[in-house]
Amino acid sequence: MARTPQTRTRKAPAKSAARSTAKSAPPKVEASKEELLELYREMLLIRRFEEKAGQMYGMGLIGGFCHLYIGQEAVVVGIQAALSSNDKVITSYRDHGHMLACGMESNGVMAELTGRAGGYSRGKGGSMHMFSRQKNFYGGHGIVGAQVPLGTGLAFAEKYKGSDSLSVAYFGDGSANQGQVYEAFNMAALWKLPVIYVIENNQYAMGTSVARSSAQPELAKRGESFGIPGVQVDGMDVLAVKAAADEAVAYVRSGKGPMILEMKTYRYRGHSMSDPAKYRSKEEVNKMRAERDPIERVRLNLLDKLGATEDELKAIDKDVKAIVSEAAEFAQNSPEPDESELLTDILIEA
Amino acid sequence: MPVPILMPALSPTMEEGTLAKWMVKVGDQVGPGDVLCEIETDKATMEVEAVDEGTIGKLIFDEGAEGVKVNAPIAVLLEDGEDERALEGFDAGSGGPAPKADAPSAEDEAEPEEKPKTKPQARAAEAANDDDEDDGDDEPDLPKGAETANMTLREALRDAMSEEMEREEMVFLMGEEVAEYQGAYKVSQGLLEKFGPRRVIDTPITEHGFAGIGVGAAFGGLKPIVEFMTFNFAMQAIDQIINSAAKTLYMSGGQMGCPIVFRGPNGAASRVGAQHSQDYAAWYASVPGLKVIAPYDAMSAKALLKAAIRDPNPVIFLENEVLYGRTWDVATDPDFTLPIGKAKVIRKGKDVTLVGYSIAVAKALEAADKLAEEGIEAEVIDLRSVRPLDTATVVKSVRKTNRCVTVEEAWPTCGIGAELSARIMEEAFDWLDAPVKRVSGVDVPMPYAANLEKLALPQSDHIVAAAKAVCYSE
Ligand SMILES: Cc1ncc(C[n+]2csc(CCOP(=O)(O)OP(=O)(O)O)c2C)c(N)n1
Ligand SMILES: [Mg+2]
Repeated sequence: MARTPQTRTRKAPAKSAARSTAKSAPPKVEASKEELLELYREMLLIRRFEEKAGQMYGMGLIGGFCHLYIGQEAVVVGIQAALSSNDKVITSYRDHGHMLACGMESNGVMAELTGRAGGYSRGKGGSMHMFSRQKNFYGGHGIVGAQVPLGTGLAFAEKYKGSDSLSVAYFGDGSANQGQVYEAFNMAALWKLPVIYVIENNQYAMGTSVARSSAQPELAKRGESFGIPGVQVDGMDVLAVKAAADEAVAYVRSGKGPMILEMKTYRYRGHSMSDPAKYRSKEEVNKMRAERDPIERVRLNLLDKLGATEDELKAIDKDVKAIVSEAAEFAQNSPEPDESELLTDILIEA
Repeated sequence: MPVPILMPALSPTMEEGTLAKWMVKVGDQVGPGDVLCEIETDKATMEVEAVDEGTIGKLIFDEGAEGVKVNAPIAVLLEDGEDERALEGFDAGSGGPAPKADAPSAEDEAEPEEKPKTKPQARAAEAANDDDEDDGDDEPDLPKGAETANMTLREALRDAMSEEMEREEMVFLMGEEVAEYQGAYKVSQGLLEKFGPRRVIDTPITEHGFAGIGVGAAFGGLKPIVEFMTFNFAMQAIDQIINSAAKTLYMSGGQMGCPIVFRGPNGAASRVGAQHSQDYAAWYASVPGLKVIAPYDAMSAKALLKAAIRDPNPVIFLENEVLYGRTWDVATDPDFTLPIGKAKVIRKGKDVTLVGYSIAVAKALEAADKLAEEGIEAEVIDLRSVRPLDTATVVKSVRKTNRCVTVEEAWPTCGIGAELSARIMEEAFDWLDAPVKRVSGVDVPMPYAANLEKLALPQSDHIVAAAKAVCYSE
């Protein structure tokens, strides 16, 4: 008989990540200086990219909704570091970081934000809807929760084809309340599909905190009745994320079925650009930024423990800045899509 | 080179704001992510963060400066190694406070605002003056001397709910962010405070679930108003709306009424892409067992929402985000309602009938103005409801003008325009001097790119062209 999977909680459950993770003993993760420098670089790229996107939105170069990933960088960078290049990835509208972490080009992502021909969807998708088959990034979805069955379907396809790839479906704490999530959980467990559900618990769904929306606020436990094991992880610690992801990848790839990783994280900015964020205090945000910042944490680790020098880090900062500036430049200079694009891509010519 | 720091926009439609507070002073060292200042509009306060690192060389506006234009430089950042001398002769660009006079009236920057171009109210009054044979469709809505107040569509909808909740204890409001956040588009502003959490209820993001709970509550004797943050998300719930709310009365041989209102913004907003920009009017209009309202102006919206809440049947109430911030004169009498299923001639004309619902009416009115300049008198009909569809009012007008153009933002296939064309053919075929023309959204998912989005939506020029085509005047 198979071992009954169960939910493990790595730390004392608590209302806010600020408390819950501070006390938790971070899992022992060894990372070489080179590895950590790379994770630092990837997180920094997302941070600077998002800051630039926010600025460009302010200048009116980006329209509609624009959801920034600032504060959550360790989640996607840590998870992606544990995947192989054939693994499939799918997420919500808060997707810029995921695309960069999947190796998509900053230029193409930024140009999609400005709605230009050089964007990944040739300007037709926008901030919330980008895709790259080549990089196994399956979007960019605007309907809360929809990506969860879709990601489960990607896993179904891998199993069907007999490949050993898996799929990762990222979704938020708010999305975790959608009914279709549980329909997908049931089938994924029933059919032992190779899917990792990464719940990015940034504690808010727009203006609604987890406590105000969830009868069971420990989202890692949401798979229990389906026998899906869940782990709660400090999502502000890229090495803890990577370690949890390594375990989940091993578990899922071995054919045991799905697994849930609940990432306790935090978004620094409003839900989207026009969110005044009155539902949480400035102190809460400032405390998080000051004490838990995922990038600063790695920076200190590199300097204090792994012997990196300020100059090495400065060089990375400079590189990243150059990439982001070039992307901004590209995104402003790329032309709008040709008017003929209005009528293309509706159906494939059969 | 010193770097100017620009006043950011909080939304695509914000034009200016107040520099509420500086969090830095000249000489401070800042880096990416550091908060520089707080800016304020009448809806929101936001922090502006530094993107580059450097030293604050100059603050261009004082704290409290109002009317600071978007993209105007608000401060100057000195880069590594520069000092104030770098500022000499440096021009940060212009963009001082805007003169008070053209401060935008937009009271919600979260959505695109266009200034109202026409006043349907005034038109209704004009129409009432020339009294040819009338059966009500072009009578003024309001009794003579009725009191009105000028307010936004958003406020009118809130007042409708508030008045009906006062009138009837079984009425309650439920949806995502309707209570503590005051509504994602601020339509339910103040209702939590007024009615408390028993009657103004925040739900988790679970449309199918809470729509079903709403339907069950209606079966159980309550009168729910279920808000969808937008109707795009009602697709999660459409099974409960159609299979449970619309059909149960019939299946129960008339025992099980379902007095419920499903409401929220419908149709395209601005630059929000394919999954957030669909018009569902025709979808719901095809379902027996539902009533479907899609108002244009605030006066009829308030009166019809009140009628919807009082109606013993499931009613779909389709609002439009782009219209929320526009203002109209609205009846203040809490007993004033309008009949569901009744269209309104809102501009009289003899040459061609333009008929639409929701924001398409604004475009039809715009087109009518342009046509008037060219000597074509268009009659404009605001359908107000799309189920029941007021064929009589449309047919009466077409029998007079002999020409018709339908207008909608939705896709053309199986749309409201298609339905109207069929009915006009059935009931006014012999009066037509030209085939009915449909102006609609283009038959594609909504693109994000600014130029393509504009092409995908019907503009008043399309209506003008169609009107001229049916008038054979070009
Ligand atoms: C079905 C559906 N309902 C509502 C929305 C509107 N909406 C967009 S994002 C969001 C909050 C989602 O929160 P969460 O899942 O926690 O993700 P986060 O934004 O925090 O990343 C809501 C309600 C939507 N896009 N789709
Ligand atoms: Mg969230």
